[in-house]
Amino acid sequence: MTEDMSQYPLRLDGDDFPMVRFQKVTKAYGSLVVLNQLDLDVSAGEMVTIIGPSGSGKTTVLRMLMTLETINSGVIYVEGEPLTHMERDGRLVPANSAHIRRIRSKIGMCFQHFNLFPHMTALGNCMEGPVQVLRLPRKEAEERSLELLEMVGMAEKRDQHPSRLSGGQQQRVAIARALAMRPKIMLFDEVTSALDPEVISEVTNVIRRLVDTHNLTMLMVTHQMGFAKEISDRVCFFFDGSIEEQGSPAKLFETPERERTKQFLNAVLEAN
Amino acid sequence: MTYVEFLQAHSGRMIDGTIITVYQFLLSTVVAIGIAILFGLMKLSKNLAVRSVAIIYIEIFRGTSLLVQLFWIFFVLPLFGIHLDKFTAGFLAVGLNMGAYGAELVRGAILAVPQGQWEAAIALNMSSRKRMWRVVLPQAFVIMLPPWGNLIIEILKGTALVALISVTDLMFEVRQININTFLSIEAFGTAIIIYYLIARLFVTPVMRAFENAMSRKIGRA
Repeated sequence: MTEDMSQYPLRLDGDDFPMVRFQKVTKAYGSLVVLNQLDLDVSAGEMVTIIGPSGSGKTTVLRMLMTLETINSGVIYVEGEPLTHMERDGRLVPANSAHIRRIRSKIGMCFQHFNLFPHMTALGNCMEGPVQVLRLPRKEAEERSLELLEMVGMAEKRDQHPSRLSGGQQQRVAIARALAMRPKIMLFDEVTSALDPEVISEVTNVIRRLVDTHNLTMLMVTHQMGFAKEISDRVCFFFDGSIEEQGSPAKLFETPERERTKQFLNAVLEAN
Repeated sequence: MTYVEFLQAHSGRMIDGTIITVYQFLLSTVVAIGIAILFGLMKLSKNLAVRSVAIIYIEIFRGTSLLVQLFWIFFVLPLFGIHLDKFTAGFLAVGLNMGAYGAELVRGAILAVPQGQWEAAIALNMSSRKRMWRVVLPQAFVIMLPPWGNLIIEILKGTALVALISVTDLMFEVRQININTFLSIEAFGTAIIIYYLIARLFVTPVMRAFENAMSRKIGRA
């Protein structure tokens, strides 16, 4: 089945196009539809949190935007330009790797299991992207990386390999590593889920500081409802592959409208 | 004739042979490593043609006898206009054969690197080449070192076959000594000891030191 691509604009024009737009994005594994015709806009500088039960497709949203997953239909736009597609002869066609790399350079991501490179030190992890991808001189990359390690409170551990660091420390290095690429959009995929309870605040404090001091656009998947409520501009509740309900944290957490949202929030509240 | 007298009479030949064996072994190892990386990566290619070439290569060189391959390279290739001297044919045959086994080690080790490492490299917007060379291969290298230790000892033992195309290696020399003296126990007994000592005193410690150094580098030790 081929999709009619003429329904999608070649690029988003006007003054106030969103930083990220998912337009009718569908993702399926075989017959299992994970995301169904997702429409989602994220404005520049906005912090959007995605919550929902497991299997609701929330992590998939971030993974598609990071191009770790392909999409089956629809188009994802970043800063007005298509990410998953490119223009050829006035039509959108699937993007080639050069196009994807150009658009992807605007996006950074942190993972649940940190995924630091074990054969590099904390500093080496942070410098790898700037030196190898951005081709910055080593000196400049080192300065930038040290500054970021300082910001996440890991400058002292710069020469340690990840195996010598705790989970919270590894995640903070991972945040510095992603930021060293100077992304406009940051994706946080359950970054506290693999951490011991007592070190979660190490990481959430760093994210809090980022929200306060940087004008990053952020998308976060989390199970930390308190953190989501405190930090988000908007919360999206995913259920069964689509957005069941979204709104300001006050509205969604205090006065949810949909039955499924209420059930989910009650279940989470009970568990805590 | 005591064993000491035997050694006094024949040690010169055996040392010469041992030196050739060590050369054959080192050159075979270099060929095997190159072949292993090349075909290991090719077997992981998304391109069907590239992958097929690797599969066919590995099947042929793993699936048939090293001795037959050695004879092919030395006796049959000249019929197609490719002439190799016996020394080159020797280490090439052993290296090409063992490289096919090594290719599977390379492939397996690359697949053993956690998926999250690839994803982190993509998130840093690395090109596919950088992902492989900067992130995956260094980790795969550590994973595959222990099985490579075994393979390299196999390479050493495999080089004994080159005597059959008259490369004057250790095996060739002790056969000559045996023919001339009929001292089979002394001749082949000494050969066994020399092969064992090269593996035990040279290959194993070098590989062990390598493993330790790499583990330290990756911060595991």
